[in-house]
Amino acid sequence: MSLALLLGLLGQAQAGEVTLWHAWRGDERLALDTLVEQYNAAHPGTTIRPVFVPYEALSSKIEAAVPRGNGPDLFVYAHEKVADWTDEKFILPVELPADGLHPVTVDALRLREQVWGWPLAYKSLALYYNRALVPTPPATTDALLATAEALHGPDRWGFAWEASSAYANAPWMHGFGGGVFDTDGAVRLDSPGNVAAFRFVQTLAALGPAEPSGALLTQLFNEGSVAMIANGPSFLGEVGAVDFGVAPLPTVSATGRAAAPYITVDALFLAREGAEARAFADWMVADEAAEVRHRVGKQMVANTRVEVTDPRLVAFRQQLDTAVPMPTRPEMAQTWEPLARAMRRLVRGAITPEEAASEAAFQYTIVSRPSPPAADPRPWVVAAGLGLVAAAVWLAREVRGAPIARWRFAFAWVAPAFSAMTLLVVLPFVVGAAVSLFEYDQQAWTFVGLANFLDILLARDFPLTSPLSFWSTLAVTIAWTVANVVLHVGIGVALAMLLREPWVRLRGVFRALLILPWAVPSYITALIWKGMFHRQFGAINGLLALVGVEPVSWFAHWSTAFAANVTTNTWLGFPFMMVVTLGALQAIPRDLEEAAEVDGASGWQRFHLVTLPLLKPALLPAVILGSVWTFNMFNVIYLVSGGEPDGGTDILISQAYRWAFTRGHRYGYAAAYAVLIFGVLVLYGRVANRFASRKVV
Amino acid sequence: MRSPGLARVVVTHAALTALTVATIFPVLWVVKMALTPSSTFSMSVNPFPTEVSLENFSAVVGTHDATGSWLFGRQLFNSLLVSGITAAMGVTLACTAGYALSRWNFPGRDRMMAAFLLTQMFPGVVMAIPLYLLLDALGLLDSMAGLILVYSTTTVPFATWNLKGYFDTIPKDLEEAAMLDGASRWTTFTRIILPLARPAIAVTALFAFMTAWNEFILAATLLGDERAYTLPVVLNGYVGEFSAEWGNFAAGAILVSLPVTALFFILQRQLVEGLTAGGVKG
Repeated sequence: MSLALLLGLLGQAQAGEVTLWHAWRGDERLALDTLVEQYNAAHPGTTIRPVFVPYEALSSKIEAAVPRGNGPDLFVYAHEKVADWTDEKFILPVELPADGLHPVTVDALRLREQVWGWPLAYKSLALYYNRALVPTPPATTDALLATAEALHGPDRWGFAWEASSAYANAPWMHGFGGGVFDTDGAVRLDSPGNVAAFRFVQTLAALGPAEPSGALLTQLFNEGSVAMIANGPSFLGEVGAVDFGVAPLPTVSATGRAAAPYITVDALFLAREGAEARAFADWMVADEAAEVRHRVGKQMVANTRVEVTDPRLVAFRQQLDTAVPMPTRPEMAQTWEPLARAMRRLVRGAITPEEAASEAAFQYTIVSRPSPPAADPRPWVVAAGLGLVAAAVWLAREVRGAPIARWRFAFAWVAPAFSAMTLLVVLPFVVGAAVSLFEYDQQAWTFVGLANFLDILLARDFPLTSPLSFWSTLAVTIAWTVANVVLHVGIGVALAMLLREPWVRLRGVFRALLILPWAVPSYITALIWKGMFHRQFGAINGLLALVGVEPVSWFAHWSTAFAANVTTNTWLGFPFMMVVTLGALQAIPRDLEEAAEVDGASGWQRFHLVTLPLLKPALLPAVILGSVWTFNMFNVIYLVSGGEPDGGTDILISQAYRWAFTRGHRYGYAAAYAVLIFGVLVLYGRVANRFASRKVV
Repeated sequence: MRSPGLARVVVTHAALTALTVATIFPVLWVVKMALTPSSTFSMSVNPFPTEVSLENFSAVVGTHDATGSWLFGRQLFNSLLVSGITAAMGVTLACTAGYALSRWNFPGRDRMMAAFLLTQMFPGVVMAIPLYLLLDALGLLDSMAGLILVYSTTTVPFATWNLKGYFDTIPKDLEEAAMLDGASRWTTFTRIILPLARPAIAVTALFAFMTAWNEFILAATLLGDERAYTLPVVLNGYVGEFSAEWGNFAAGAILVSLPVTALFFILQRQLVEGLTAGGVKG
């Protein structure tokens, strides 16, 4: 009774407060904050509380929080997840004002005859051109090709876009009559239209800079090295001192159709019913607030009554007439990776357009494979019960003979650490591992028994040598771990041996600088290394050019991509081994070595026969820990090579991540991967232990 | 020992210099990115900035929220608080456990050591969602307390291993003498062992501090409010989906790295002495 009263009071205390999650930064954020302040001042009963969440975390946070009642009242997100979220009942249908909102933006949010959000702003690609180099923008793809060819020179290009991104190539796919879905609404990646688009992409990419990433496009356009790029409205804020214009993307000469980019609509979604939240959202899309979002936030707003005066922005509004709303169907999420993978190879010239199309289609069949059939959970419950009983019996037996009482105090000393670890490390892992017996599909969990494990271990879906197969990934992971640990220990020990000599000048300075890689967060340095390995603009190729080596496409071949990953991780990992060795060396008396020297042992013999055996006891545990960490080193693989080429340099943990998050939420499959990773490491631990106990003691 | 020959001295210094230059090269790049006004940044071999401005730093440090309060300061404080308490809690838990594991051969000790190592083998990918559910059940969601609890437990296994390794090197005679004089087990531990283990405690605390200081995925998921964010979450926000503010990212990266780098330099001696990772020293 009193609890109910308390809950009621809490509910009341929060009434009138509307929480709003968003990932807007810069000018968009400024506009939102201004509007919220204005709204709160004008509505004394209501407090809108905007909460910024980084884009990477926003969707997972929504999906974790909303179903448990911890979510916000409103949130801003792109419309592409509408289907997922309506299925999960995360969001509620809304009523929009009768007119003023561009119909394309409203349609993007429509599903099952209802509208599921307030359209705020839209984004799509358009053509940016440098006026000094291109007086009039090309209206057709033939003209685009001609301009790109005419302006192509050493370190100068006519046109560049993110040629290996599925999003950036969508305009060509649509323009050539292809696309992700066929007319029946089924996924079809190898349609004739797509093949024609891929042929165009290959020709055009050959006239552009290598490995064009978003950051590189910005730089090249600002330098004047690239005359035209395809980019979204957020690029407006990044253009430097270039005199530029924006035009809609050209018409495809072969078909006469417009090259139609995707538009994504940023919308306000209602996660919790509330009159205040609805009122605020209505106000946000209405004229006055839309005007502020356009002027201050530089948004392309969905409200058509806001007058767009800047001719550059007019181009985006024109682009809206031909653009295709990003499909919201769940299959869409599974097409990105197959398309991107095929496009990367296509752009490198490794495959023909026809091969790229069939490759994309084949990869899609793999990632969209139907779930394994449901299994009967009853035998499993029985087995789990028997297992628990067996464990209890085993424990009882162990305990009976042991002098527990005598050691009670010792248990008290370990209990805090051990119980905290059991609760917050072991328990989440057991829960996570249990997921491997299920399959997640269309928001429903099905018990499938060991089907995920069998699929993985028997490599049912792909040949054993495919980069997607567990066994070839395991081989790569082992090669990765061995290469790293050998280099970490080799370099670490070598440096420690050099640094311990008392006659070395500036020892403190060297030591301090050499441990620097350890102190800087690895996700920062991994991104820096990725940039250094760029083919045309990276520092590594720049240095190689100084000694006359041709530029290397680091991520185009397995061996060089693997080498790039290993280099990065070696850089990150050697300081740990160096410091461990320095510490161990302090405890080794020099007289032994000196005695060996007197006996005429060479430098190498002294190290090999005297120092190294003494170092081993200290190094072995560090090596075991280091290899376990390397085995699961996600950051470097994900950020440096990203698995390129074609997933060949992915290790087990990055594969698990991809199955869970970028290949359409195959959580059960990913969890089975995680359990297998754990199994492999436990096996390794046992072997290493045996090895250690024989050699060390 | 004979004094080294000239050739050896020259080669040693040359090798050290070459490796050090290679090591700091990427770091210089971060510095260059941070100091160059973002629109003019260009990738080239030269790691030194051609144009220096502090605009990225002032943009990062000067962030304010809608109510005008100083966000960066607040987030820096959060980071210090979370990392500091994590280090303190992690080390406290690990000290007693490491000591017991080092001194007493109680039944199940080796299994427990193995269990601590096993936790290092758990792939983090599967842990985030169950952790979220667990903290939700404990009512610790959207709070720094929950985050601190998670961080400090994840640091416990390595911390325990490292401290146990160091305690192993402290001779038992000292405690035995104290116990003969009537000191309790606890007094011996706090008065004799802990002061002797200072280097290892410093290093272990540094690692625990770093774990919390650099982590952003759990922090972004488990913290509810921008005013509660730690710095890595904010830093990650600079590299968004459609546009990346690399200059701000680099400036933030330097600001985030500075305190830890400073700690590394201050604790250099302890680092070399106190890092045993469970190893037995001579």
